Amino acid sequence: MNIYIQPEYEVVRDRDRCIGCRVCERQCANLVHSYDAEAGKMQADSALCVNCHRCVCVCPTHALKIVKSDDTYKVNGNWGNQTINEVYRQANSGGVLLSSMGNPKEYPVFWDKMLINASQVTNPPIDPLREPMETRLWLGKRTSVIERDERGKLKNKLSPQLELKVPILFSAMSYGSISYNAHESLARAAQELGTFYNTGEGGLHKDFYKYGKNTIVQVASGRFGVYKDYLDTAAAIEIKMGQGAKPGIGGHLPGEKISADVSETRMIPQGVDAISPAPHHDIYSIEDLRQLVYSLKEATDYKKPVIVKIAAVHNCAAIASGIARSGADILAIDGYRGGTGAAPTRIRDNVGIPIELALAQVDQRLREEGIRDEVSILAGGSIRSSADVIKAIALGADACYIGTAALLALGCHLCRTCHTGKCNWGIATQRPDLVKRLNPDIGYKRLVNLVTAWNHEIQEMMGGMGINSIEALRGNRLMLRGIGLTDTELSVLGIKYAGESM
Amino acid sequence: MKRIYVNEKWCLGCHLCEYECAFANSGLTDMVKALKGKVIHPKIRVEDGEEVHFAVNCRHCSDPICVHSCIAGALSQGADGVVGIDTDKCVGCLTCVLVCPYGAIMPAADGHVAQKCMLCIDNVCGEPNCVKYCLNNAIVYEERD
Repeated sequence: MNIYIQPEYEVVRDRDRCIGCRVCERQCANLVHSYDAEAGKMQADSALCVNCHRCVCVCPTHALKIVKSDDTYKVNGNWGNQTINEVYRQANSGGVLLSSMGNPKEYPVFWDKMLINASQVTNPPIDPLREPMETRLWLGKRTSVIERDERGKLKNKLSPQLELKVPILFSAMSYGSISYNAHESLARAAQELGTFYNTGEGGLHKDFYKYGKNTIVQVASGRFGVYKDYLDTAAAIEIKMGQGAKPGIGGHLPGEKISADVSETRMIPQGVDAISPAPHHDIYSIEDLRQLVYSLKEATDYKKPVIVKIAAVHNCAAIASGIARSGADILAIDGYRGGTGAAPTRIRDNVGIPIELALAQVDQRLREEGIRDEVSILAGGSIRSSADVIKAIALGADACYIGTAALLALGCHLCRTCHTGKCNWGIATQRPDLVKRLNPDIGYKRLVNLVTAWNHEIQEMMGGMGINSIEALRGNRLMLRGIGLTDTELSVLGIKYAGESM
Repeated sequence: MKRIYVNEKWCLGCHLCEYECAFANSGLTDMVKALKGKVIHPKIRVEDGEEVHFAVNCRHCSDPICVHSCIAGALSQGADGVVGIDTDKCVGCLTCVLVCPYGAIMPAADGHVAQKCMLCIDNVCGEPNCVKYCLNNAIVYEERD
């Protein structure tokens, strides 16, 4: 017998405002709303609701809201409602709990415990509306020693670089986990913004090869869709070793999501589960990683930077040191709040460390070892605003990956049920009637708006600090102060406490 | 001239345009007051297929057959190209309903006269309300060759 579980959220309809247009019913893939013709009234079944807010947003008279249920078990400081329900669900099903998007637990957010500096009197702030304020940057290996020949000309040959007009890239989200229209929106936005989007591990749809100059292609443990043209088309290649949402485990795209198009793009049979192993079966050491880095460079004529992406874990500083020595050009670190299309709940909620701490430690370690210039650093895993970008760069990142924020711009309401494949916003689904809900003409503009707005804010904050180039902010930890942090946290972050002077 | 066009690729079949049309032509400023408990008679209609949905309203044809067919001179095409109907002149013969190849003219609520989309220039909106509120930019109002 299955134990009944009361829905966590309830659909509340204002009967005085509902005009019975049935738009909510037509727009809910979870079949929450229905029309009772006899009574001439709309009904809702809250048990089916995932709280994605699609109906709330489309209701023309704003007659709907979703509220947290006040139904509760006997209040218990140790056994919360959700904890108890998860036990019931597992006892009902015998299965591993699945979740989507980033870790929602109330762990400390260190971004919110850091404050940014501003100039006063002695080094005046700069007005970005009147003076140049450079957010353009390059990612790739740098030369720490400059050599010149007898005529004074540079002898150094710079490794391949990625040029970004803004310090923000769209992080890896595969075609399969998100829809064709979501990918098109990201690709077109990256092109207009002068930055990059990332294919994730699902290959590159044939229609999107034209955006190659703004595409980072991923080579993950499943090696889906990897072939010569895929590598040749891209601006850079990313080797995915780990993902912040689920460090230490692979991926599993259920067969239902492997449509004909996804099958062709991933180069796997239609309707068959796509399994990404936890490790790359040919990588068990930094030396093995180096081999893959150079295989990819060899295959692409040493013309493209190679990125290695890892999840933020306890020992990531030492791992980063190895990666910087592996020949990789760029290191991407993904914090434990990073999103996912599906992950075991326990892994998502309990494995990995915050990006703020990992980033600070990696940058520190690479500096101490004198190899910081060997790699650029990309930080991701819940960058929520332009302030987070500024703080990440001041902690040592070159630029930031945004994933969840980009999906929010496309309409995502963080209902965290991507794994059901019934995304009402047309993002995390392959169902044609749902995919068409995301019109890329609207989607790409919203992404461009978001990043443009963030970039304006970044310029304002840089100007306030008296810094006129984003590259001058990188690793500039004196621009940060901690608030409400312990001595250990301050030392891990490598910043002073608010009120302490230079 | 600027006309309303519908791209079936993006039409979700939500029927919101029908309600926005009925509201726009209600003369009221509160949608609840205008539409609650009423049977609506919109000038735009969504045709639903299995997978394809398509909102249909007047195309404002350059050579409008409805205008030619009108026995009372109620239908006319203005200098701006908008095909309009003068309901005071309409005798309710519904010939226009029969001849419109798109099914874009229909009897009005009382059944005695015809009604058709006039791009919301005949109400307080001033520009097409269905276009303004389309969830997915499936209905657009633009100049095309």
